[in-house]
Amino acid sequence: MTIGKDHHMTSAVSAADIAPTAYAWEIRAAGLKVRVGRKRMAVDGLDLSLGTGVHGLLGPNGAGKTTLIRTLATVLRPTEGTLELLGESVGGMGEHRAVRRRIGYLPQEFGYYKRFTVREFVEYMAWLKEVPKAEIPAAVQRAVERVGLADRADERMKALSGGMVRRVGIAQAIVNDPTILLLDEPTVGLDPAQRLRFRELLQELGTDTCVLVSTHLVEDVAAACTDVVLFAEGRLVFQGTPDELAAAGGPEHVGDSPLERGYSALLQGPGQGRGAW
Amino acid sequence: MSVEHASMRIIEGYARGGTDLAADEVWALEAHLEACRVCRDRLSAAVDAEAPAVASLVDTVWSGLEPHLAATATMPRRRRWWARLSRWMTPTMVPWLAMVVSVTLLALLLDLVDTGTGEVSLVLLFAPVLPVLGVAASWSRGLDPAYELTASVPRAGLYLVLRRTASVLGVVVPALLVGGWVTGVMVAQWLLPCLAFTATTLALGGVVGVTRAAVVLAAVWVAVVVAPTLATSRTAFALQTGGLPVWGLILALGIGVVIARPGAYSVLGAHR
Repeated sequence: MTIGKDHHMTSAVSAADIAPTAYAWEIRAAGLKVRVGRKRMAVDGLDLSLGTGVHGLLGPNGAGKTTLIRTLATVLRPTEGTLELLGESVGGMGEHRAVRRRIGYLPQEFGYYKRFTVREFVEYMAWLKEVPKAEIPAAVQRAVERVGLADRADERMKALSGGMVRRVGIAQAIVNDPTILLLDEPTVGLDPAQRLRFRELLQELGTDTCVLVSTHLVEDVAAACTDVVLFAEGRLVFQGTPDELAAAGGPEHVGDSPLERGYSALLQGPGQGRGAW
Repeated sequence: MSVEHASMRIIEGYARGGTDLAADEVWALEAHLEACRVCRDRLSAAVDAEAPAVASLVDTVWSGLEPHLAATATMPRRRRWWARLSRWMTPTMVPWLAMVVSVTLLALLLDLVDTGTGEVSLVLLFAPVLPVLGVAASWSRGLDPAYELTASVPRAGLYLVLRRTASVLGVVVPALLVGGWVTGVMVAQWLLPCLAFTATTLALGGVVGVTRAAVVLAAVWVAVVVAPTLATSRTAFALQTGGLPVWGLILALGIGVVIARPGAYSVLGAHR
């Protein structure tokens, strides 16, 4: 039985696969500021270093989470400070094609084409992400299977439920096997069973990928994240493990779980937590 | 390219289970088999001869699998034409392009029946702004639901902008060509303003967003050229042959600015 055409190569592992990385952190920001609109600094002097693992980005609404993720996805340009992704500075003008090929991004408002089937849409995204042509069908099938949509792959997107559309969004984000995966509120619209499955997928991805998940659900963080980044009013408030976050709260703080108490304790520090909402 | 193949001794030993081979021989053979079709063929022949137990086991597994494989639907091979087309234009652009073409046909129709516009050709009058509308649709936040995803991909930026612009021009220019030929307008007279406007939209779009640029330029065109022309029933200077060098200059400037700022199209700002 013969498969495929002949290649006259003998090594099964390429040099690129075993080359050491030239950077210490997948994401490294120093003094990062991002202006939104004319005046407001949505990210205001952020110092952050993230390596491999699942990082939960927590923070109240309007904290600048989406702006931060957009900046990391290189669709917004930093106003000040330095930002290095995979060891390459992405501050200035330029298209950053090489870095973008290794980033997966799921925006908060995931827009799609209703008439496309799941497979067509993920294929289109793989083409946009410059996945080599010969690898596209296999990469699409793998991504669709990982989010559990293999049986619906040839259905049109408009026939899918909200949770399934969200999973298509995750599939398109991982189709290029990214080294940095940015997910903005990925669990919105998922039912509890899907959310459990999604956490397993996150843990699986986090073994060799730098995953940054923005969420406002504290329980997502506890279950899936190796690291918590607490972000409020454009600044880093806390970075540490979920256990450290839980330890920050005491019985006097608001919340139903240790994590929630830790979350409200850290946000109610000096200069934080203005207003009842 | 000549390749050294594995000897029959090693292949037969491997088919028998590899117990009488050195570990490095097995390793080298497996690496070679991955890449060499000839040796895989020789191995499968050797398995039948040397290890009938293995061959019968494989046959049993195959006969167990085949009914399952027959029942599983294979991936559809045929791809719909518009899924392929999406590499050139977003699905949301199609209705806009249809509108642009129908406006061209309408202008042509009015030209032919000649209703009160005198010697002014409507095709000529609208030619520069028609592709601008298509370009705006190709890069618009409101019309393209996947704009944020599109902005974040490596292919985004100048390459994708030019690709989509080319597809807009590919639809609009032939329609105008027919219109210009029927009404007897010189090709350069509408093609240069048309290309100059497209290039200027992209150049300005890199700064303020493509959709905004298109709206501004279309408004300027209507105010400066279309309205006076319709009011006076005389072809404006801008559309006479004397204006051609100016259009050429604008075209060159627009292209220069676009090429100088390739990074401007890969951020969200370009979609405004």
